[in-house]
Amino acid sequence: MTLNDLHQTKEAEIAARKKIVLRCCQAAGCTSSDSKGVKERLEKAVAEAGLQNEVEVRGVGCMKLCCEGPLVQADPSDALYVKVTPDNAPAIVAALKGGRSTLAQADPHSPFFTLQQSIVLTNCGVIDPERIEAYIAADGYQALHEVLVEMTPKDVVDTIVKSGLRGRGGAGFPTGLKWGTVAKSPGVKKYIICNADEGDPGAFMDRSVLESDPHSILEGMAIAAYAVGADQGFIYVRAEYPLAISRLHNAIRQAKRVGLLGSGIFESPFNFTIDIRIGAGAFVCGEETALMASVEGKRGTPRPRPPFPAERGLWDCPTLINNVETFANIAPILRRGADWFAGIGTEKSKGTKVFALAGKIQNTGLIEVPMGTPLSTIVEHMGGGAPDGGRIKAVQTGGPSGGCIPRQHLDTPVDYESLTKLGSIMGSGGMIVMDETTRMVDVARFFMEFCMDESCGKCIPCRAGTVQMHHLLEKILARQATARDLAKLEELCDMVKNTSLCGLGQTAPNPVLSTLRFFRHEYEELLQPDPHGPRTPATPVPPLTAAN
Amino acid sequence: MAAKTLTIDGTQISAENHITVLQAATEAGVKIPTLCHLEGVYDVGACRLCLVEVKGTAKLLPACTTRVYEGMEVATDSERLRKYRRMTLELLFAERNHVCAVCVSNGHCELQTLAYSLGMDHVRYDYCSPKWGVDATHRLFGMDHNRCILCTRCVRACWHIEGAGTKNVAGRGGKSMIITDLNEPWGNSETCTACGKCVSACPTGALSAKGSTVSEMQHDRSKLEFIVNAREKKQWSV
Repeated sequence: MTLNDLHQTKEAEIAARKKIVLRCCQAAGCTSSDSKGVKERLEKAVAEAGLQNEVEVRGVGCMKLCCEGPLVQADPSDALYVKVTPDNAPAIVAALKGGRSTLAQADPHSPFFTLQQSIVLTNCGVIDPERIEAYIAADGYQALHEVLVEMTPKDVVDTIVKSGLRGRGGAGFPTGLKWGTVAKSPGVKKYIICNADEGDPGAFMDRSVLESDPHSILEGMAIAAYAVGADQGFIYVRAEYPLAISRLHNAIRQAKRVGLLGSGIFESPFNFTIDIRIGAGAFVCGEETALMASVEGKRGTPRPRPPFPAERGLWDCPTLINNVETFANIAPILRRGADWFAGIGTEKSKGTKVFALAGKIQNTGLIEVPMGTPLSTIVEHMGGGAPDGGRIKAVQTGGPSGGCIPRQHLDTPVDYESLTKLGSIMGSGGMIVMDETTRMVDVARFFMEFCMDESCGKCIPCRAGTVQMHHLLEKILARQATARDLAKLEELCDMVKNTSLCGLGQTAPNPVLSTLRFFRHEYEELLQPDPHGPRTPATPVPPLTAAN
Repeated sequence: MAAKTLTIDGTQISAENHITVLQAATEAGVKIPTLCHLEGVYDVGACRLCLVEVKGTAKLLPACTTRVYEGMEVATDSERLRKYRRMTLELLFAERNHVCAVCVSNGHCELQTLAYSLGMDHVRYDYCSPKWGVDATHRLFGMDHNRCILCTRCVRACWHIEGAGTKNVAGRGGKSMIITDLNEPWGNSETCTACGKCVSACPTGALSAKGSTVSEMQHDRSKLEFIVNAREKKQWSV
């Protein structure tokens, strides 16, 4: 493959395009409502109407408004059909010829779509994720070519540093700094890992990206590999994402076939291969050290850091681990420049962030907004507020590691620092909206149960602490707890947070702490009077002496 | 530099390069409570009892896996650490069925000793009282999961010192358990060499030699130390 081949493929793909395109969502959400059947019937209806030469029926990735799926959009007329059934196919095709359709439609110019700014999701819902030609036609793999031919690894790292990109997996560690560390770590063999073990309840951003634009991840990983000096990559993806796995397999095969993965990429000395590793259902394997143990074929449990993966990772070699969305940002940054990227977002949080809107909200789906967008814009304007005339009570971000942001703080801009200040975290991008009918103690119990079930069992605070915290929350909900129990719960939260081995345990108390911070009265309303009277202060523990 | 100078609890000490805070403290005579640490096998930093405060680091660090560095200032014994350690022990006692009065290791148990020394005189959490079984199928040894604290010392001794790879961990969270081979009765294991190193390694009464009754089981750590010293330090004295 040469740059010339890349341009030829692009031109051939564009020349073969038909005047009218019917985009039909083929991501996991819509296919679960038979969008495959819709696509087949659309193709049949087009053939029956004799429009094969004018109309293309294109299977695409996620079209974002998931609650209204299956979705079909006609280009260039812009009609967006919602909740399409296979039987609607003839009517959709008939409407292409100018007739007015009575089918249910959504407004593609509503705030849900217009307030979005796409970097990661640019190709999402637009190109066919199963054809590499479609990605190449959207300028795919041009950034990789530029990197390999015109830039040194150091230039690449510097570009990422300058862009201000921070890890999208949750903690927000500066990506350029991480790349620089791996690049400088001594070692002949280095690895790249893409963390696609997305497991937060209600989060589906990474799945959507993998299903809709798998080549953007491969390109991002290849660029990262060149920058840090790695020649082997792994994508660790959970087994619950079969469609994402099959599209990744397909994408890797196609990229290998045309020489965009493998040895001597773009006729340079750079070699890079990517293999897929499938997770077996443990949430903790999203934690980087547990993930690496799992890739190595060991039991997926975390280990203390340092040493960090950048120094000693997979098989003790320097390893770069980034999240799916982080890798998806790489090619656009190199294509359009670090300054362009750094111009989006806030001072400390650059670029955009993809969120999965879920819960008690009108428009459930996938959104990408610039960092710094106020929460209220996301949930009220784009999300359309709570359904059935309800009022939003709180927004939960960051999954089981995050917290609840109450209504009075909805004007908070979404960036790493602001969310942390409120006791929540950016997290990987799950955003669960709650209305007035939600009991916050219930929410805390739900997430604590999740952490209890998903604790790996290695360290005591997380393994036994989550069990006791869950038990205390159940006790409070059953109206059997006293103020003493609530104090015990708070004490445990502090202890588990400060003593657990990995991020899972260290953040497990967050849902309790944040609901206690803003909705303490909901806990107190459930408490019973203490039969033993007020709590006496605990006697201090004597220091260790030689005698004992 | 071949050696590091650091401060532990206000006392300046010197330590060899690359050793852990726990090793440095032990050499200097400072006692840090541990439970999952076992001389001779690698450390996993799981029990969190050896957490110490290091100046300049917001997080508490496990002494067993943290390496010393020049100018390090370590505090091993503060009100906060004592509180956390006591809570960790309370959590352990509430998790499974640690009833000293009927335990083979009563009086020779590391968990019990730690509870005494750290002032854990009662458990404020509700006991979980789970129903774990006992595996008495092995001709020499028995495993009582009710007394297991999942420190994985037996697993590490089995893999690292004996090299048999019989013991393992299955399940996750509170449902984790030590298993033999692919969760078979211990007596049926074809990989177990019946060396008894796991029994020597166990800090509680979870693993015991058959025939011992209440308070009789003493885990003999000296055999493990002898083998490890012979292999790694080429010292053959007992």
